[in-house]
Amino acid sequence: MMSLLGISSQALFGQLLLGLINGSFYALLSLGLAVIFGMLNVINFAHGAQYMMGAFVAYLLLQFAGIGYWPALVLVPVIIGGFGIVLERTMLCRLYRLDPLYGLLLTFGIAMIIEGLFRYGYGVSGRPYPIPAALQGGYNLGFMFLPVYRAWVVVASLLLCLSTWFAIERTRLGAMLRAATENPVLVQAFGINVPLLVTATYGFGVALAGVAGLLAAPILQVNPLMGSNLIIIVFAVVVIGGMGSILGSILTGFGLGILEGLTKVFYPPASNVVIFVVMVGVLLVKPAGLFGREK
Amino acid sequence: MLEAASPLLEVQDLHAFYGESHVLHGVGFSVFAGEVVTLLGRNGAGKTTTLRSIMGIVGKRRGLIRYRGRDLIGLASNRIARLGMGYVPEERGIFAALSVEENLLLPPRVAPGGLSIDAIHILFPNLKERRHSPGTRLSGGEQQMLAIARILRTGAGFILLDEPTEGLAPVIIQQIGRAVRELKRTGLTLLLVEQNFHWAASIADRHYVMEDGRVVDCFSNDDLDANREKLHRYLGV
Ligand SMILES: Nc1ncnc2c1ncn2[C@@H]1O[C@H](COP(=O)(O)OP(=O)(O)O)[C@@H](O)[C@H]1O
Ligand SMILES: [Mg+2]
Repeated sequence: MMSLLGISSQALFGQLLLGLINGSFYALLSLGLAVIFGMLNVINFAHGAQYMMGAFVAYLLLQFAGIGYWPALVLVPVIIGGFGIVLERTMLCRLYRLDPLYGLLLTFGIAMIIEGLFRYGYGVSGRPYPIPAALQGGYNLGFMFLPVYRAWVVVASLLLCLSTWFAIERTRLGAMLRAATENPVLVQAFGINVPLLVTATYGFGVALAGVAGLLAAPILQVNPLMGSNLIIIVFAVVVIGGMGSILGSILTGFGLGILEGLTKVFYPPASNVVIFVVMVGVLLVKPAGLFGREK
Repeated sequence: MLEAASPLLEVQDLHAFYGESHVLHGVGFSVFAGEVVTLLGRNGAGKTTTLRSIMGIVGKRRGLIRYRGRDLIGLASNRIARLGMGYVPEERGIFAALSVEENLLLPPRVAPGGLSIDAIHILFPNLKERRHSPGTRLSGGEQQMLAIARILRTGAGFILLDEPTEGLAPVIIQQIGRAVRELKRTGLTLLLVEQNFHWAASIADRHYVMEDGRVVDCFSNDDLDANREKLHRYLGV
């Protein structure tokens, strides 16, 4: 068995995989936050709660309707995205003319209400969600054991992130979004229904959080606090990457996940704080974040 | 006779506001199909605000704006654009996050008969050469061409053009002039705001003069010489 600095390859690659998985969630969630912020100028504090709802909807679909993982992969984003659209149409859309702080406060309040309701209904203990049959088991690669489901999470998240990047940077719809981020009034004066675009963008960002929740359900247990545990780190990721760039949030998400994994191998006590240390460093050197644009 | 037909665009008693400040005080004029009409006037007279009011992008406006028999007051700007109204803003509004080509393709087609990309590239060859650059890397003249070209592609039949020659070199102004005359020949209707009066006179059929948020005078391009004295007084040149 290979070893590096007295660390077994099993431990090294095991933590690297764990880092990649965490990075997958950081990337998916910070990507959604960046997309929403770009278009709505709202920092969506409800993102963690919406991620948790994604996991819970999957759990409830299975419990009460016998609907499994694969159909949930379609239903969860539709349901959570739909929830986001209702939120945007009934509440958020009233705040665009006001200071962005109002949007932050509203979504923060909504997050508290959602989490409170789920805690009231389901307590704080985790509920297991089974790995779908097709993704059970794993492979021994020699230098490490690779559980299939975890590999799937990384691949699925990468695919989602890259398709989102492609849709925004390389398609006509994406060009409309980028243009509307820059000058919504003019884009609307060209005949494009910008309010609809804004609603759809929020729905999409929230749906991404929902899918992330579903992907996480079989790994972490489904519990009402899973979102608030994660979202603190995700906001640090967003601060580090900067709000400006789609590719930036993807790279930062995966990169910081890996960094966190490696820290667990080489200096475990620092693994819980390493992202925040990086955040402080980045804030000192480049306050707009690694990929952010200075104003 | 033109006078017998009803105007394509009719504006009456138009008032517009930016927050508390009342900027247009009962503007009125009309534009007939196929005409090129200018709004002249000093800086701050309210020309841009008039175009923005027609397009539905000032905060508050009231009065009558009738286009093809439809009242535009109360319509959202995207609906107004879909009626065939194309807007080339004074600040040009080229998007930095979009390539030249993406800028060109951004506005949706609103009516059949818009220029093809090939035709646009013949009219403005620079846009073809630089189609993959970010929009705001273009020179001021090229940005103006792009701002005009992207509206021509949409098939809009009525174009609002705000100071297209502002800050441009004479060669570029000539090129834009050729393009505008070409468009006029195809039957487009233009409402043109312009400080460069000599350039405007080479293109327009009629002129309105604005002062302090009102239309204060109107004459046809043929009567220009008779009105030159008065016009210089209005424009302060
Ligand atoms: N965004 C704005 N907010 C407040 N006042 C404005 C704004 N834009 C223009 N104004 C004022 O409205 C008046 C008319 O401006 P404008 O329509 O731009 O004139 P013009 O295009 O004829 O130079 C000016 O007094 C100007 O200061
Ligand atoms: Mg102006």
